[in-house]
Amino acid sequence: MTKSELIESLSYKLDRFSQKDIEQAVNTMLDTMIHTLAQGNRIEIRGFGSFTLHERKARMGRNPKTGEQVPLPAKRVPHFKPGKALREKVNASREHTDIIR
Amino acid sequence: MHNSGTLTKAELAETLSETFGFNKREAKLLVDAFFEEIRATLSSGEQVKLSGFGNFELRDKNPRPGRNPRTGEPVPIEARRVVTFKPGQKLRTHVENYGKD
Repeated sequence: MTKSELIESLSYKLDRFSQKDIEQAVNTMLDTMIHTLAQGNRIEIRGFGSFTLHERKARMGRNPKTGEQVPLPAKRVPHFKPGKALREKVNASREHTDIIR
Repeated sequence: MHNSGTLTKAELAETLSETFGFNKREAKLLVDAFFEEIRATLSSGEQVKLSGFGNFELRDKNPRPGRNPRTGEPVPIEARRVVTFKPGQKLRTHVENYGKD
């Protein structure tokens, strides 16, 4: 499912909102989430999961084309930990469905 | 806008009210429906791709022998399906640049 399919599905279910309202709401929620993590804060959605930042230390990397060593600076990467309800429902789906990519 | 700190569904709903003038009940409905839609899709075995933000992917893990880290006792880990999150380009860039000017 892509973002536009998600918006379409939501506007079908929430017929009191226009598709444009839902599109704007979805984009605003995602932008607010990005902004929150960019500020170094976390996101906690009960039953769904939490987003936090993990620190990556500086390290030496390699340019895959030239083989040359290049220093990679320390950085932060977003990390998602699924909540218990999501973990359980997803795991239960293994019994009766294949993964749809 | 919410203050610094953890972002929850309540703050997301407040942001939607303030930005678009939805009343509190409508804003809460939109936030709940958004996460519920992602959860239901993942629970049906389908992955969710939110361009810019990131992809929620599913993986089937094989059973493997594990160990209780405290007692060292062997414990079997059952086959299971898990959610992993791959942050999108926009989110990664915003988070990496935090604190740099």
